[in-house]
Amino acid sequence: MTDALEEIFRREAGRCTATLIRVLGDIDLAEDAVAEAFATAAEHWPKTGIPPNPGGWITTTARNRAIDRLRRESTRSERHLAAHRLSRDSMDPDDNPELDRLDELAGVVADDQLRLMFLCAHPALAADAQVALTLRLLGGLETSEIARAFLVPEATMAQRIVRAKRKLHDNHASYRIPRAAELPDRLHAVLAAIYLIYTEGHTATSGQSLTRTDLSTEAIRLGRTLVELMHDEPEAIGLLALMLLTESRRPARSNAGGTMVRLADQDRSRWNRTMIAEGHELVRACLRRNQPGPFQIQAAISAVHADAPTADATDWSQVIALYDQLLALRPHPVVGLNRSVAVAEFRGAAEGLAALEIDAATLGNYQPYHAARADLLARAGRRDEAIDAYDRAIELTTNAVERDFLVRQRAAL
Amino acid sequence: MPQYLVSVWHDDTFEPDFSTPDAQRRVAQVNAFNNELQRAGAWVFAAGLHPASSATVVRSSGGDVSMTDGPYAETKEQMGGFWIIEATDLDSALEWAGKAAAACEGPVEVRPAQG
Repeated sequence: MTDALEEIFRREAGRCTATLIRVLGDIDLAEDAVAEAFATAAEHWPKTGIPPNPGGWITTTARNRAIDRLRRESTRSERHLAAHRLSRDSMDPDDNPELDRLDELAGVVADDQLRLMFLCAHPALAADAQVALTLRLLGGLETSEIARAFLVPEATMAQRIVRAKRKLHDNHASYRIPRAAELPDRLHAVLAAIYLIYTEGHTATSGQSLTRTDLSTEAIRLGRTLVELMHDEPEAIGLLALMLLTESRRPARSNAGGTMVRLADQDRSRWNRTMIAEGHELVRACLRRNQPGPFQIQAAISAVHADAPTADATDWSQVIALYDQLLALRPHPVVGLNRSVAVAEFRGAAEGLAALEIDAATLGNYQPYHAARADLLARAGRRDEAIDAYDRAIELTTNAVERDFLVRQRAAL
Repeated sequence: MPQYLVSVWHDDTFEPDFSTPDAQRRVAQVNAFNNELQRAGAWVFAAGLHPASSATVVRSSGGDVSMTDGPYAETKEQMGGFWIIEATDLDSALEWAGKAAAACEGPVEVRPAQG
């Protein structure tokens, strides 16, 4: 029963919180109400069995509990309450008798989740606050779990979340889906927040373990939800595909001893074929729409790698063409760096190094630049320069597993 | 309706010189923006300020009032002007702020008023 409850909680917490925020007009009240409803469920369900629609049960119970509590607490005058609400002007009216049958209003509930995604990833919030709020409210993660995942003290994370919620409240942030004119920018912020959660889980920025699977899993779950809610947004599909294709390689990214394994050296039989198949299907769906965007192109690059039975069989000219397309859309030195690595594979280390020079000035403090440069210098037979580059890369590395890898590469020269 | 402070910021050495074509263009843009705010009913108040070096700081302690040469904030960036606007919500305020930043060709800060 505990496992079943845990699974339902993971699945339903974000959805229930999203609806309760609309009904109550207040994030904290909604969180408390949902927590209380789950506590009630934990007490009742072992006796009564899990209801056929647990999400609807939780949402209705949370709503009723919240309304009871508001009535009981006479100190909360209507004015006090109103002062603590998010801006209601653009919110759907909640005095709708239909809400007693919340579980039947699938469309409204889906919109609630979207509203909450856009609220959590509001561009007025700093990226780390967007990520924390998304995990807290949509992922239903405890503040202590989020703090552990990002390796910050729990008090720091709690303060980050409280400040973000207060900023939204003080600024009268609306609980709504952005208008068509704002949608591209606002959607980009949502996608970026989800991808940030994914990349944090994929390569921990610091610490001992190379991947923190929970965050990656959560990001993929959020990406999947977003695609369900906005199935006409090719970039949302592209992001999900990119995460799945990257995740498919996770079993091969480190060996039994926890050591990092480069893409070229990975045992491709360990790649997760189910994820690759789903990622490929999504990439094909994007191609049919023909509205390319940065996430779709990155997914396509991942798909080319996934297609190759061995590293040598990679279609590098295709990879370079996709990087060119990506650079045309989003000129960025990091994209240039990845392109240079592909050029080196296709035309040799010397040409890769030449391509790398273009971005040298802007990437001086970027660890992957020095790691890639060191590797290419070593392959070009420029040993002394390679050692210098490895030293610089090691100096800039905060992840213990990556550092070990670089130290061994340097020692092998 | 919620009110927001939309403030304009620039370097503390900034001295407005209205004789230049650049400044004249910005003045025209800001006037047009002000008219748009008023037509939309979003206008509450606005003012451009003299340089921060013109400020005086006044303190009151135990009934004694003292003053010193300003500005109060010892920072490189100082407020050069502001609007108080009314907007339905944050997104609407941010949309106005985008137009304000374009009109004065510099960064603006949006801050909600209490109450």
